[in-house]
Amino acid sequence: MTDELPRTDAAAGAAGGDALPAGQPLLRIEGVAKSFGTFRAVDGVSLDIKAGEFFALLGPSGCGKTTLLRMLAGFEAPDEGRILLGGKDIAQALPHERPINMMFQNYALFPHLSVRDNIAFGLKRAGLARGDIAARVAEMVALVKLEGLEKRKPDQLSGGQRQRVALARALARRPQLLLLDEPLAALDKKLRESTQGELMELQRRLGMTFIIVTHDQEEAMTMASRIGVMKAGRLAQVASPRELYEAPRSRWIAEFVGDINLFDAESRLRDGHRLVIGTRDAGTLVVAEPREAVGAGKLSVAIRPEKVKLSRRAPVSEAGRETAINSLDGVVADICYLGGTTTYKVKLDSGGILQASVPNSARLDVDAYSLNQHVVAWFTPDDCVVLSS
Amino acid sequence: MRKVSRLSHFNIASLALGLAFLYLPILILVIYSFNASRLVTVWGGWSLRWYHEFFNDRAMIEAAWMSLRVAVSSATIATLLGTLAAVALSRGERFRGRTLFSGMLYAPLVMPEVITGLSLLLLFVALNAERGFWTVTIAHTTLTMCFVAVVVQSRLGSLDRSLEEAAMDLGCNPVRAFVAVTLPLIAPAIVAGWMLAFTLSLDDLVIASFTTGPGSATLPIRIYSEVRLGVKPEINAICTLVIALIAVVIVIASLASKLSSSQGESAAPL
Amino acid sequence: MSSRRIFARPARFAAIVPYVWMVLFFLVPFGFVLKISLSQTAIAQPPYEPVFDLMAGWEVLKAAFAALSIDNFKLLASDDIYVFAYVRSLTVAVTATALLLVIGYPIAYGMARLPKRWQAVAMVLVIVPFWTSFLIRIYAWINILQHDGLLNQILLALHLVSQPVVWLSTDSAMYIGIVYSYLPFMILPLYATLAKMEPMLEEAAGDLGAPPWQVFWLVTFPLSLPGVGAGVLLCFIPIVGEFVIPDLLAGSNSLMIGQTLWLEFFTNKDWPVASAAAIVLLVVLLVPLLLYERLQKRQLEQGR
Repeated sequence: MTDELPRTDAAAGAAGGDALPAGQPLLRIEGVAKSFGTFRAVDGVSLDIKAGEFFALLGPSGCGKTTLLRMLAGFEAPDEGRILLGGKDIAQALPHERPINMMFQNYALFPHLSVRDNIAFGLKRAGLARGDIAARVAEMVALVKLEGLEKRKPDQLSGGQRQRVALARALARRPQLLLLDEPLAALDKKLRESTQGELMELQRRLGMTFIIVTHDQEEAMTMASRIGVMKAGRLAQVASPRELYEAPRSRWIAEFVGDINLFDAESRLRDGHRLVIGTRDAGTLVVAEPREAVGAGKLSVAIRPEKVKLSRRAPVSEAGRETAINSLDGVVADICYLGGTTTYKVKLDSGGILQASVPNSARLDVDAYSLNQHVVAWFTPDDCVVLSS
Repeated sequence: MRKVSRLSHFNIASLALGLAFLYLPILILVIYSFNASRLVTVWGGWSLRWYHEFFNDRAMIEAAWMSLRVAVSSATIATLLGTLAAVALSRGERFRGRTLFSGMLYAPLVMPEVITGLSLLLLFVALNAERGFWTVTIAHTTLTMCFVAVVVQSRLGSLDRSLEEAAMDLGCNPVRAFVAVTLPLIAPAIVAGWMLAFTLSLDDLVIASFTTGPGSATLPIRIYSEVRLGVKPEINAICTLVIALIAVVIVIASLASKLSSSQGESAAPL
Repeated sequence: MSSRRIFARPARFAAIVPYVWMVLFFLVPFGFVLKISLSQTAIAQPPYEPVFDLMAGWEVLKAAFAALSIDNFKLLASDDIYVFAYVRSLTVAVTATALLLVIGYPIAYGMARLPKRWQAVAMVLVIVPFWTSFLIRIYAWINILQHDGLLNQILLALHLVSQPVVWLSTDSAMYIGIVYSYLPFMILPLYATLAKMEPMLEEAAGDLGAPPWQVFWLVTFPLSLPGVGAGVLLCFIPIVGEFVIPDLLAGSNSLMIGQTLWLEFFTNKDWPVASAAAIVLLVVLLVPLLLYERLQKRQLEQGR
């Protein structure tokens, strides 16, 4: 472990993170669009990324996130828009002219070169002196804990080791921006989780800007400080992981990020700071008024399963009645034991299905409900999110 | 996980018979080349007599030398041109005349040799070119560069394009990326292409017959005219020498390609 | 500009030299074949004058065009020898290709079922004879098939025949020679498709109740059809124009077109007729050639 942080080389140049005027983002994407034939892969994306951020592009396959990343790396050129790095438009620059490096999904390690030569590859191209290259390679090898494997060829390494070589190779040039294309997709679950932690640690320590592309929402939530969710070539929402989960901007995002119960509104009524919404499947629900004014369009009410409480009877105390203002009767229709939690599907008397996720806080199943048991599901107005479709 | 063997007796039998069919005739030929008897069919004990005969046969030696020179030079030119063609086809995307180009490269692979030979001869006659070493070399280059192109192109096609992207990402312009990454990775295919071109040239009778001139026969042309007159033990010896030469070339080339890269995947000829 | 496009520009430059080479030494020569095939025999007699002299100007060129005639093609169509030669070439090619498929398929199938490590070995073993000279391999068979050759000696020793059988200068010898020479061309594409096939597919078919022969006909064989197509074309096209094998192994009473062409050219010195024969052969092979091109392209250019 080296204590000296490999700062971005470009710190010397005008475009370096430190040299940026206050408030100016490191990377500014302005109205970028890219079509393949008639297919608009990226359709007018604008986004600012600050220096030192760990940003995740999240979306289902085919949403354009990889195309956007490849445009940042220079493998594709946008049809429209600008890509400003430190204030300079690089949209049409060739890959080798950009102070940006990429870690490839399949790592793209050069099979004919040793670990050392793979890491040194970009340094040689940069015209560094031999001694400097050797020193930097040693530094990188130590950084990703690959000591002793320098002479191995990629096919003599494990998946996790290959991933580290790819990371070291991309970091060696001290890019202003590191792009990671599904960097953990090839690793198994356990290794993926520990590597996530290491990547975050590394990013914090180096103070570098990372942009990661992933289809795995948990991975994005764990690692990124901000997430941009993409859908059909557009950014659907850019927000912190918490905001994305608790305040999704649309029904699609709510469903894409985590599990959610959704009920379509049939009527609505304002009652002070609350909305009283009539639904077909879950009766009348009282929800907190959303921060942003809802439009006249169709609304739906969304509740995360873990916000739903289950009990055998409805709360009777004054305070309890207030918190359980949304209280729905039903029977347990399905039980899914997941270890830490159990998910119950409750068939509501009003006709709908409500999912409730209950923590298994006791080892013995004293609190568990059984199939066909009558239960009351309840949640507060603040736990609900109102979404316009 | 242990797997039940998927090999049936039928599979094993067909493999064994197939390989025997492929190898026995050559083996018999090699053995008979050491036969002391003049009668090809009677075993007269081991002898190197026919090898002596061959080394004293000036015309044969000259033809062999001619063939070797043609094979080395045409294989070398063909490897260069064929590799360029393969790069253009697999990395050039769409360009004007691409269909014609690939058509011209794939057609000679199966084109009957009599047609290729005849058409080249008519060209050389039209150009008033003196027929001999160079015309045969050009003819063989034309044929064999197509084989090289196919072998190299198939390797280029199976190469992960993100390797080239990674090289560019790490600061290479396209040409340097090709030299630093692509070329070393396709080197085994290029070597295989050269070997293929070499043996095809060494082997060719028909095209050489059309394109060579008087007094510069290649080894196959000589062998052919001898064989037409009947079996001669000396031919067995020559054939054995040719087989040995090709075996040596194959061994050296495969060793070289093994040393040059630890790649498990090697390009198959054809 | 995509990374592919970035690469494409220098890659296209690579095309220039091989392109010029192939146009000059492959495409242009066909023009000469066509021209000579349309010439009067008398004009194109040796000592082979240059066929075109572009420097000579338009008038001469016009005169040259005026001299063109389709007499040679008329001759080909009217003379039974040529018609028979084409028919025989096609018959031989069809028969030999069928034989090759029947013999090559089980070998390729056996190879594909070998353990992975042995597959590589088997592939080398199939390729190596292909590297050894074509002519030598034919010659090896002459050794074996001649009157007092090894085959007859064995047959006599086993008392299977009482007198030496005449093998040389028969169609059987020719078919043996063709099958022997072209076998690797049939096996390799077949093996390539069979080896790529997911073994689980056959297991699934068996699991769903198909007996082995049905597994083969309903799953394995249909999936190997691209390989069959490649192998068949790779053998059929050159066999139609084959010269050496029929010349050395078959009898001389019925000739294949490659032999006829050779004869006209080298023995009769009739270049125009030989050229016309080549043109007709090319026309006959045009459809399989185009099929083969498309197959090659699909295989090489759309990745695997």
